[in-house]
Amino acid sequence: MLILTCPYCGVEADETELSPGYEAHLKRFGPGATPEEFESYMFARKNPKGVHFERWRHAYGCGKWFLAARDTNTLEVFGTYPAQSPEPPADLIAKIKEKRPDWEGHK
Amino acid sequence: MRRYSVFAIAREALRYHSGWERAWRAPTPKAAYDAIIIGAGGHGLATAYYLGKNFGITNVAVIEKGWLGGGNTGRNTTIIRSNYLQDPSAAIYEKARSLYETMSQDLNYNVMFSPRGVIMLAQTHHEVRGYQRTAHANALQGVETQFISTAKVKELCPIMNIDGPRYPVLGGLWQPRGGTARHDAVAWGYARACSDMGMDILQQCEVTGVRSEGGKVVGVETSKGYIGTKKLGIVVAGHSGQLAEMAGFRLPIEAVALQALVSEPIKPCMDVVVMANTVHGYMSQSDKGEMVIGGGTDGFNNYTQRGSFHHIEETLRALVETFPMLSRLKMLRQWGGIVDMTGDRSPLISKTPMGNCFINCGWGTGGFKAIPGSGWAMAELMAKGEPGPLAAAFSMTRFKEGRFIDESVAAGVAH
Repeated sequence: MLILTCPYCGVEADETELSPGYEAHLKRFGPGATPEEFESYMFARKNPKGVHFERWRHAYGCGKWFLAARDTNTLEVFGTYPAQSPEPPADLIAKIKEKRPDWEGHK
Repeated sequence: MRRYSVFAIAREALRYHSGWERAWRAPTPKAAYDAIIIGAGGHGLATAYYLGKNFGITNVAVIEKGWLGGGNTGRNTTIIRSNYLQDPSAAIYEKARSLYETMSQDLNYNVMFSPRGVIMLAQTHHEVRGYQRTAHANALQGVETQFISTAKVKELCPIMNIDGPRYPVLGGLWQPRGGTARHDAVAWGYARACSDMGMDILQQCEVTGVRSEGGKVVGVETSKGYIGTKKLGIVVAGHSGQLAEMAGFRLPIEAVALQALVSEPIKPCMDVVVMANTVHGYMSQSDKGEMVIGGGTDGFNNYTQRGSFHHIEETLRALVETFPMLSRLKMLRQWGGIVDMTGDRSPLISKTPMGNCFINCGWGTGGFKAIPGSGWAMAELMAKGEPGPLAAAFSMTRFKEGRFIDESVAAGVAH
């Protein structure tokens, strides 16, 4: 079972307590955007086999949205961080690079 | 190829079965082919088969990372139906269903197609209205389905508890021509027929890169060396995103795990397929007597071919409520497959930004039933370079243009 630590309330929440929100750090486009930009925001996904950054909601706990870094190929969890982060925190990136030397970094 | 028949069985019985041939060859790769298909699952092999049968293109290689039919083709719950709401879906799934009817004769390989009928249970008033609408849509599409009463559901499936406390059965969408088939045999039958046409099925051969020049694919790098090609078809389900990345484009796809399980074998107790979409479980009985059970997908990206246990628990909880006799059954095996989910839950059979590269993916949780129709449409797309009537609506440009084939929301179907 997938277990994530909620960065807000500190609870170690297992999957049944969480709602998934899929890819994090999407660039948001709205009215006035080109069809290509809107498609990239709404549908085109990185869907990587390896390191992935995701949105999760502590739905049956404090209710907050947060972000998590996970390996989709091994189900290893690297860490969680607040939803207000425009990009993954530097210490988390360093931790992932240490564990996955071949990883190309967050793009 | 030596044909299978009752006479062949008699002949071999008299000589200690010494004359059976290998069903398909194990060739070494040629330097180049007219067409390469990545992925020797049902969809890839069907594509190759119809390229040869319908268009006479036989200088073809089908490349497979593992063994043929070892991905989702060997992991599904073998349900075949075509009771979809939207016209493009109904057209391609009905084409597939009708091809299943004659597949054993066509391939000279027994795929054990069993048109035992599929019931989709209506367990909420919303579902009743939705399935009545689907039945009307199917009548217009030429797909034979019927909305049936609770009493008729009970008559078709006596082991069902129709007045469960949470979700009583209010009726059902009945497709009498739907059913099941032997999933491995579908892959094996196509592989044997493809091999017989002179196509090379290259197993244990992983594609590691796609080589292109001037916006066109010229070949693929594999674990058995470089292989050139004039046309490339990517038909790999769960790993579509990785292959698309190698070819240099991005897909509207997320890969998630879907699980299934089977019980210990028991005496025949259920001769239809039952799907219960509100509580999310579906079940049929295999010829060996095992109850074959499928449930919902996990809610996160996953490439591990195993899913979360609580989904199995939810599925079984729902099914025990609908089929109380299940509570005494032991489950034998449980497994997962990686399914490729698109934004509108409908597949892609599409041209790509690379001129001579085509992709067939996004069948999500419901690819097995589509195999022959999907191969038929993909072969036409690869042979002509333009989609035919079956594939036209499934272009990947629909997400940019807003022409969704919105099955998941419109009908509430489990695929």
